[in-house]
Amino acid sequence: MTVKQISIFVENKEGRIKKAIDTLAKENINIRALSIADTTKYGILRLIVSDNEKAIEALENDGFIVKENEVILLSVPDEPNGLNSTLAVFDETGINLEYLYAFVSSKTDEAIVVMRLENMEKAIDALNENNIKILDTKDIKEL
Amino acid sequence: MFWNEKAECMSKEKKEKIQLERLQKTVKLAYENVEFYKKRFDEIGLKPEDIKTLKDIEKIPFTTKSDLREAYPLGLLAVPREEIVEVHASSGTTGKPTVTAYTQNDLDIWGECIARGLKMAGAKKEYIIQNAYGYGLFTGGFGIHHGGNKMGAITIPISAGNTQRQLDTMVDFQSEILTCTPSYAAYLGESREKAGIPLEDINLKIGIHGAEMWTNELRNRIETSLGIKTHNIYGLTEVMGPGVAQECEQQNGMHIQDDHFYPEIIDSETGETLDYGENGELVLTSLTKTGMPILRFRTKDLTSLIGEKCECERTTVRMTRITGRSDDMLKIKGVMVFPSQIEKALLKVHGVTPNYLIHVTRPDILDEVEVKVEASKELFSDEMKEMEKVEKQIQASIKSETGLRVDVTICEPESLPRSEGKAVRVIDERDFE
Repeated sequence: MTVKQISIFVENKEGRIKKAIDTLAKENINIRALSIADTTKYGILRLIVSDNEKAIEALENDGFIVKENEVILLSVPDEPNGLNSTLAVFDETGINLEYLYAFVSSKTDEAIVVMRLENMEKAIDALNENNIKILDTKDIKEL
Repeated sequence: MFWNEKAECMSKEKKEKIQLERLQKTVKLAYENVEFYKKRFDEIGLKPEDIKTLKDIEKIPFTTKSDLREAYPLGLLAVPREEIVEVHASSGTTGKPTVTAYTQNDLDIWGECIARGLKMAGAKKEYIIQNAYGYGLFTGGFGIHHGGNKMGAITIPISAGNTQRQLDTMVDFQSEILTCTPSYAAYLGESREKAGIPLEDINLKIGIHGAEMWTNELRNRIETSLGIKTHNIYGLTEVMGPGVAQECEQQNGMHIQDDHFYPEIIDSETGETLDYGENGELVLTSLTKTGMPILRFRTKDLTSLIGEKCECERTTVRMTRITGRSDDMLKIKGVMVFPSQIEKALLKVHGVTPNYLIHVTRPDILDEVEVKVEASKELFSDEMKEMEKVEKQIQASIKSETGLRVDVTICEPESLPRSEGKAVRVIDERDFE
């Protein structure tokens, strides 16, 4: 049970991020979550959007390189120690995090965490064993 | 298939006899009609009659690009100006352009050389040539055109650029032959894939590509992406244009039309003539041109000569792929590097496109090299560590090819200067003043 995230390659040049966001806006695509990993030369823009297919087509038409891949979305209590208990699960099972970003929704009291782990299958198993609810595409539509 | 079997498969003895006769005639023509050559000969006390054997060519002083530049525009004519029917010029990026002037006889020779090349590559009279070399002062477009006319094939003067029209023409006309620079051919192949045009919808069989250096790796990409067999073509404006030499279907060295152009290889430092098989700078002498004969022109192109008869039965001397130019060789941190080596290294890494730019700077006292490479879907990853891995692979590949440690920058697709004529591969910002 994973959600598909899209990643965009952006050169570290004036206006490139805006251009990507513009492309999505023109197609009426809603960005639900966003993060940027950057070096001095380029960045990787990672997004959870309302319509992946439409987003990828529009971005590729505008010359962007786009990739779609799976991430795990969880909701954690929006309070101290909220994230810590979840991360403890991975710590105990020895699963490395590749990256993580979070956002809060106005519709719930919880924070939503987006994660990419070294071993996605093992991570899902570990979360299930610990009865931690993984959000699916339907869940995020309602946020 | 031969265009001119008699000329292309001549015995060594007969070839040398013809070459000597033609050389003596050319030397006489140049000495008697071109002030520049007369002065050069007189300075060292050389007379046209002193050229008694082919080996005597070594007594003649070299002609360089700057000599031609000084004679701009028509200072080296050996015939009255009214006999000239066409001129071409090389780009003036490093100063004034150099001009070449052709009589009708010269254009016929040019057409003959190109027609030999077309046949060598397997062309038939009924084939359609899509000539995507630039038309204009550049010799590429018109040179191929003259040859296509000579052979009697339909030549589409589509010129370089307008990629969509190139693809439409391939599909609509079902052209069999594509002639253009290798970088543009690679770009057209890439564009065909991107446009989703299946290989079955085009009918290309033969590619003839030159005017810039390219590697075997790039050849493989062009051949796969366009479904063709490619042939390296060589020539230069100062001597005539494309068609001085070209590969046959064996793809094993370019056959120099040596009954029209006499090749030598020299050590570019000492000027000493080298043997066949040795790597050095190519020097060319025209044997039949009358408008602007050229004696011992230093091409700056590094290659070697193959004297043995080719499997295609042609006896014309072959030259190997150009490995660099004696003047675009980069000396970085004291190491000799040619752009072609970087290209070779890049294409060994999966997912790397043939579009790159070498940027050399010297911020303080040490040289720094940045190689910019365009990203592709294959090499892009959402994970930073994967991206770093690709950069490291590229770095390692360049290191093993050149011995240099370079900085690799991955940039967005189509952000580097695209080549529809000659590609910009190097920006050297070091100040040596």
